[in-house]
Amino acid sequence: MPTVSLTVNGKAVSAEVENRTLLVQLLREKLGLTGTHVGCDTSQCGACVVHINGDAVKSCTTLALQIEGADVTTIEGLATDGVLHPMQEAFRENHALQCGFCTPGMVMSAIDLVNKNPKPDEQTVRHELEGNLCRCTGYHNIVKAIVSAGQTMGG
Amino acid sequence: MAENGIGARSVRKEDARFLTGTGHYVDDINRPGQAYAAFVRSPHAHANIKSVDIAKAATASGVVAVLTGDDLAADGIGGLICGWMVTDKNGDPMKAPPHPALAQTKVNYVGDHIAIVIADSLAEARDAAELVNVDYEVLTANVDTNAADADGTPQIHADIPNNMSYDWELGDQAAVDEAIKNAAHVTTLEIVNNRLIPNAIEPRAAVGEYDPASDSFTLYTTSQNPHVARLVLSAFCAVAPEHKLRVVAPDVGGGFGSKIFIYAEETVCTWASKKVRRPVKWTGDRSEAFLSDAHGRDHVTKADLALDADGKFTALRVSTKACMGAYLSTFASCVPTYLYGTLLAGQYTTPAIYCNVKALFTNTAPVDAYRGAGRPEATYLIERLVEVAARETGTDPAELRRKNFIPPDAFPYTTPVVLAYDSGSYEEVLDKACGLADYKGFANRKEEAKKRGKLRGIGFSSYIEACGIAPSAAVGSLGAGVGLWEGAQVRFNPTGSVTVFTGSHAHGQGHETTFAQVVSDTLGIPFENVEVVHGDTDKGPFGMGTYGSRSAAVGGSAIMLACDKIIEKGKKIAAHSLEAAESDIEYDGGTFSVAGTDRSMSMGEIAFTAYVPHNYPEGLEPGLDETGFYDPANFTYPAGTQICEVEVDPDTGEVEIVKFSAVDDVGVVINPTIVEGQVHGGVTQGIGQAVLENCVYDGDTGQLVSGSYNDYTMPRADDVPNYDIELHETACPHNPLGVKGCGEVGAIAAPPAVMNAITDALGTENINMPASPERVWQALAQA
Repeated sequence: MPTVSLTVNGKAVSAEVENRTLLVQLLREKLGLTGTHVGCDTSQCGACVVHINGDAVKSCTTLALQIEGADVTTIEGLATDGVLHPMQEAFRENHALQCGFCTPGMVMSAIDLVNKNPKPDEQTVRHELEGNLCRCTGYHNIVKAIVSAGQTMGG
Repeated sequence: MAENGIGARSVRKEDARFLTGTGHYVDDINRPGQAYAAFVRSPHAHANIKSVDIAKAATASGVVAVLTGDDLAADGIGGLICGWMVTDKNGDPMKAPPHPALAQTKVNYVGDHIAIVIADSLAEARDAAELVNVDYEVLTANVDTNAADADGTPQIHADIPNNMSYDWELGDQAAVDEAIKNAAHVTTLEIVNNRLIPNAIEPRAAVGEYDPASDSFTLYTTSQNPHVARLVLSAFCAVAPEHKLRVVAPDVGGGFGSKIFIYAEETVCTWASKKVRRPVKWTGDRSEAFLSDAHGRDHVTKADLALDADGKFTALRVSTKACMGAYLSTFASCVPTYLYGTLLAGQYTTPAIYCNVKALFTNTAPVDAYRGAGRPEATYLIERLVEVAARETGTDPAELRRKNFIPPDAFPYTTPVVLAYDSGSYEEVLDKACGLADYKGFANRKEEAKKRGKLRGIGFSSYIEACGIAPSAAVGSLGAGVGLWEGAQVRFNPTGSVTVFTGSHAHGQGHETTFAQVVSDTLGIPFENVEVVHGDTDKGPFGMGTYGSRSAAVGGSAIMLACDKIIEKGKKIAAHSLEAAESDIEYDGGTFSVAGTDRSMSMGEIAFTAYVPHNYPEGLEPGLDETGFYDPANFTYPAGTQICEVEVDPDTGEVEIVKFSAVDDVGVVINPTIVEGQVHGGVTQGIGQAVLENCVYDGDTGQLVSGSYNDYTMPRADDVPNYDIELHETACPHNPLGVKGCGEVGAIAAPPAVMNAITDALGTENINMPASPERVWQALAQA
């Protein structure tokens, strides 16, 4: 089996994978990073979003071997020394999560959204969130959290 | 109010793990030596199985075992059951066909289960599942609910003619017919309540594990009610005796009803783990969820609402065909009967109601409770009828509702369809909602929209639901196979912190926070020192689980019962320690004091004394650990008014929800932030039903056409607006917290509000949900 080497949450890792192994399978099954979730099989729900070299990418649609040498950040890599990332904190403060299953992907997408659209307004957030499904919150508080984090994240 | 007491906007305890990716969902659980399962499913909607050839699959790379329905039957594993007996109007019991977890002779919907393939890896299991060769004799599919009972429609189950499980009725037919004959006006509607697929974002999953040392099983599963799952798997499926089966439902990623039921996959994985002597893990993918999760709604209804010359409702007549799918799922039979027919009075004084429901089998996935379960179907029917009646009689829709509301001094109020409403403030809530929605300003907004080429419409929905299900004796008399109480245990630890075990199960509702608020407030201990434990049959007392907005009303009340017992025991300990009579001990917010003195003990001191009973009342047991089982006296009756405003683009048929206002009376609110969140989510699912979501089976082949997120339109962030929510608190008079339930109000109320707004904008009633751009455009073209 071929080997893939990556940086995941700041740590160098390498693993043997099949050609068909998806990034999300590598993260969940080989690296034990189960915070990244799989909610669909058509690349639409966004529960699996991680950052690859700083961009939000659906890890269910990325082959592990495709991203040799890349820098990957997952939900587990956001908080530093127990301090939540401003986006995680905004989700917590605004009750932007219920069952928590879509949350990791939602947070990772939201950070990329704010990075690329500094201080986004409500309409921009709603439009840019089209790649992430949430069945619990009705999006109301997710949108509120992202707009709020957009203010504190600067940019 | 205490900082984190009842009514506080406490930030959720569970969020820390969910936000950092450290939650434990079933697919995150991996057991040593586990094997992986893939299910062989029917590609046909209706077919006889001539043979199942597993030879190739059994010898494929990595395969541990291939097991079929014959293996299941040989081991005496029973089929899946329906736990609610509905009686036909002719006195016969409903017809419940056999529902084997793995089909042996016949498949009845696309996705029906035939075999389990277990292998060393998931990829190998899936590869080998492709090699199982099933020889089918394909039969004609029957997927049309409205035609399912017609003569000549293919019959699905050998001994169930016309595919009818039961023909049920409720109410006084003669009185209704008479009132309709004498009415000044009759509004008639024929409507479809569209079939929905629940789509919790976490797909179902199960890990079965057998321990030969104790001859016992553990099942990790995505369940809303792990104790009920254990009971059914033990008593009916005979997978293991109840004391030899532990069911764990850890973090569960949304349920909406679909994870109440006992499914084939978890049954088979548990049983198979002993056959192969390895843990067996199955995680459904989204395609499997679409095919095999229990679906919701799917009613076809004709109804007449009679009014007298003053606009008072005099009678309601309802005739419904309700789809059951191919088999009766766990609670399927009660949804279109006792959760539907009994709600048809709505908030109104309609004196005569008659409801007839035919429950029909089709070659589709089983249909069961989905967020609201029966109550959305009832509310959609009533609130569409009322709005159309207002239009037909030239009455303001708010005014027609006011004229017919049950007045606040009429409670308790017994409806003609058997429920006894306990409380309500319907007119006050409607008035508040009209204010919130700026109903008075609507005419101007409509005019302004017209200048932009948009059709603007407004729609009301004044809903009621029966929640907190339910008094066990009442549901027992209606056919329920279980009691519907709830259990709780409140355990003080010697150092004064508290562990609360609850039979309720949270899969997004935030019980770890709200139940901690209740206990913190009641026992006067810091919120941080309360831990709520749920979802494991090995921890805490038996419980009935979470569905029908029952957790706070029934589960919370059980916790209150246990707290009461703690306080009672605390008084005995305090009396002894403070050298006073027990009758002189007063309890308030965590402090036991001797009346009229400054002598007191804190709850922490009481707990310590209970566990270190050196100086202790004679005859009193040590320890401070109490259990409560709460069986409610009645249902609870959340109610409210939701008002939707839409703009329709007549060129494209596109509907925009421009304003959505809701005033919901869910009783006493434990945590307003969490309640509002429940309303936001419910309303969004309601908007989804009204304008986006539709489960479609191909009429010829019975294939699921809407089988992925490409074809089944889920609400996304830009499909819905920000919501204006107000909570109105009329306390429930019969439970200790005064709570009613909030989980389903949005899904129940929103669809008619949206459709009333759309039909107001269009000027035609001739459109069914979902009001897709194509349907809206067609309706406008035909208007």
